[in-house]
Amino acid sequence: MTGPQGLPRLLAGLHADGSPMTLADHRRVHGDLRRTQPAELIQAIDLAGLRGRGGADFPTARKLRAVAERRRAAVVVNASETEPASGKDKLLLSRMPHLVLDGAVLAAGAVGAREVIIKLGEGAHESLAGIEGALAVRDGDPVSFKFALGPDRYVAGEESAVIHFLNGGQAKPTLVPPRPYERGYQGRPTLVQNPETLAQAALIARYGANWFREIGTDADPGSALVTITGAVRAPGVYELAFGTPISDLLAAAGGSTEPLQALLVGGYFGTWVEATRALGLRLSREDLRSVGCSLGSGVLIALGESACGLHESARVIRYLADESAGQCGPCVFGLRAIADATAGLAEGVAHARERDRLLRWTSEVRGRGACHHPNGAARFIESALEVFSADIDWHQSQRCTARPVGLPLGGPAPDVRHALMEAG
Amino acid sequence: MASRLRVNPIMCEAHGLCAELLPELIRLDDWGYPIIDEAEIPRELLGLARKAADACPTLALLVDEDR
Repeated sequence: MTGPQGLPRLLAGLHADGSPMTLADHRRVHGDLRRTQPAELIQAIDLAGLRGRGGADFPTARKLRAVAERRRAAVVVNASETEPASGKDKLLLSRMPHLVLDGAVLAAGAVGAREVIIKLGEGAHESLAGIEGALAVRDGDPVSFKFALGPDRYVAGEESAVIHFLNGGQAKPTLVPPRPYERGYQGRPTLVQNPETLAQAALIARYGANWFREIGTDADPGSALVTITGAVRAPGVYELAFGTPISDLLAAAGGSTEPLQALLVGGYFGTWVEATRALGLRLSREDLRSVGCSLGSGVLIALGESACGLHESARVIRYLADESAGQCGPCVFGLRAIADATAGLAEGVAHARERDRLLRWTSEVRGRGACHHPNGAARFIESALEVFSADIDWHQSQRCTARPVGLPLGGPAPDVRHALMEAG
Repeated sequence: MASRLRVNPIMCEAHGLCAELLPELIRLDDWGYPIIDEAEIPRELLGLARKAADACPTLALLVDEDR
């Protein structure tokens, strides 16, 4: 079978009415799952240049090899989706579970694992239903599947927190190393992958590395699932080729509901970018790096002119501070202080010089937690202070009347209202 | 490679002994938690670094010995 030309790829065959793709639907679009030799599959994923889509951007083939060269491996599908605005894990698991399961089965074969654990958030009812329904009709998979439902807390989806939780501990990050690929589930070498990464791997196994590289850029081949929300007419999950201008993504999402002042790129560990600058960028690591950001887990939030970026950022950093696992002092006390100071600036009760103290704190908390939570929060607030810098002065003397835009803060993944796809 | 100084942030409870014993390499943040600006331990401070690690009540200060 030849692979889909152009787009959609991952989302090919997706039902517009919201019903899940059945196994028959799935096979009609992608054919049967072909058994692939482990080395051959890892090689294809390497040539394809696939990187993890959970936010860390790590080359998938390297992770596969690191687990494959060890014994008694396990595979964890990390569908925790704790990034509040993100909807892609839910879309894949609830609407096209067989593609993710194919990827998990292939990955298990590649690393020599016979067990796959699917980790979901407690509120992920649709995802659980999708996967359960899919497993009920599949047979002949050479692996056993297990589910684990964990708390819907921001840090609970972090790789080491997932492993700690699966091993009977709290869903909180642990000190690494050892990393999961060294010592993970039940002490075994464990491959932890995001559902989109596995779905992409399932396509590469069928259609090959050359097909995968037909779209995207040389440095960032293939397509990606992006969740866009905020001041756009059709918020949702979109599949697009790497290298697509952000302005095209916005157009695909129905355009903005009002003139935009900024975009938050990469979710709450991400970076605010001033709107005109952001709209001139393409969705590629290279372009995003030039303005100090990354796509992270693929979340973009558009902020309209009528909103207050300072107040919105203050709410998000408060959320992030509250979501600290509470284990590391610099994260617990540092993020709380950073949240308090940001709120002070937004309310106009803190002196503008508070900004300098904030920047000292953000630089000091970086790298001083067991996980990246303080780093991500620091990056977020530093970009807010830069992009909304003029607002800080304005709030000193004026009363802000902007209404909250209702950025999602916690809980299970939002409903995916639109999963439209732009052709190639 | 030189020996390196590291904190296990989960174990650390901000007793602050490390900064008293090894101010050359460790300062404290506004909440009393250690900041290590330069992880590499100069040879002449290695003995003091080991003592500071031994003195930490929660064993959160780690010296990764050069091997």
